[in-house]
Amino acid sequence: MYAAPFSYHRAASLQEAVKLLQGLGEEARVIAGGQSLIPLMKMRMARPAALIDINFIQGLSEIQTPKGELHFGALVRHADLEHSAAGVNVPLLHDCAAGIADVQVRNQGTIGGSLAEADPSGDWGTALLALDTTVVCFGPGGQRNVPLEEFIKDAYTTVLAHDEIVTGVHVKVPPKGSGGAHLAFKRSAPVYPTASASVQLTLEDRNVCKEARIVLGCVGLKAIRAKEAEAALRGKTLDEKNVRAAVEAARAAADPQNDMRGSADYKRVLVGTLVKRAIGIAARRARGEWVAAGHEYTGR
Amino acid sequence: MNIRGAKKILVRVRVNGEAREAEVEPRTLLVEFLREHLNLSGTHVGCDTSYCGACTVILNGRTVKSCTLFAPMADGGEITTVEGLAKDGKLHPIQEAFAECHGLQCGYCTPGILLSALQLLKKYPKPTDEQIRKGIAGNTCRCTGYQNIFKSIRMAAAEMEKR
Repeated sequence: MYAAPFSYHRAASLQEAVKLLQGLGEEARVIAGGQSLIPLMKMRMARPAALIDINFIQGLSEIQTPKGELHFGALVRHADLEHSAAGVNVPLLHDCAAGIADVQVRNQGTIGGSLAEADPSGDWGTALLALDTTVVCFGPGGQRNVPLEEFIKDAYTTVLAHDEIVTGVHVKVPPKGSGGAHLAFKRSAPVYPTASASVQLTLEDRNVCKEARIVLGCVGLKAIRAKEAEAALRGKTLDEKNVRAAVEAARAAADPQNDMRGSADYKRVLVGTLVKRAIGIAARRARGEWVAAGHEYTGR
Repeated sequence: MNIRGAKKILVRVRVNGEAREAEVEPRTLLVEFLREHLNLSGTHVGCDTSYCGACTVILNGRTVKSCTLFAPMADGGEITTVEGLAKDGKLHPIQEAFAECHGLQCGYCTPGILLSALQLLKKYPKPTDEQIRKGIAGNTCRCTGYQNIFKSIRMAAAEMEKR
């Protein structure tokens, strides 16, 4: 399949990329890994008149670890994060990075591109909302840091101005006594999940939940912070009753649609199950246990 | 806007150790660049929707789906295709193992699976079944039921360890 014709521009620096965006107008798009944009262009659901390739810009592929933070350059590929120490230290990040699509897509797709694309079924928009995440944006006026909650506005819509680029993603390392998990269910490896859930907990005295973040993916026009579900756990013992209350609140917060991946009713049940499992795994990890988790699919 | 029907771009790559180049429309996919412009038709187009992995090639040491890259994005890159596996008329141990264990029937998906297997075995010389499953999860085979593909990869791993 051929995409509609476009002109191709290779940026050597961020400044040049921004200048190209300004010069080429609103029909120009930035391309990084291209794993979402190229399929959309081949299906003619996206028809940019110009592509600005940022893959050749140096210095955007690094993972840095300043005190208490993780900084991912916009061109860090999912596979880079999958095999990094960052994923060992913050297991939720590894769950997400190691389960997106398949090896080939993870080798090419980028964390920055995933957030900038803001696909409602994308994994990073869900997983990173369970942590304190800031998106670094660069434009003609310089750099601005936008909290992820504010960055993604709606399906495929971010606060990025037409002439702005995502240059990096900053994540706060969760405090001691924390654990998280990103779980997703998909029908086969290469596809987007049917539903996903990210949970990050901070525990006291092994079983009392001091802090909770619960995020639902693929069941709304963007990732949903299930704040009532979080409230059902905050300050409480992680017993069956409280977890059930959180799961019910998460199901109520979901806003799924019927589509080829399943009915709205099915997804609402599924996302609750994922939340329940993610709470269990997050709690075990918060207590220092090593637990394998991530994307589930047939044949895994 | 007259930038539609855009100007052609010179794409230079090293494929299987050989410098190759062609001027192509920017929308040319890497798989079409290889097949139509460089006449390397071993890389197959299966689903053409980033699903099946028949188009898998190795670009700068990593497998990619060549139906989901525009050729100019690979400019300056080092590419291995299925044509680069055999050396001096002798099959690569992975190819020998697939022949020996019936790791293919129609063969359409095989070029992509061979390259995914190569990357897998570079990373995990003695892969567990789970590592094999995960390593070839991006490659679809509609004939074999995968059992013989697993056998082939295990045999190739044993053979490559000996060498």
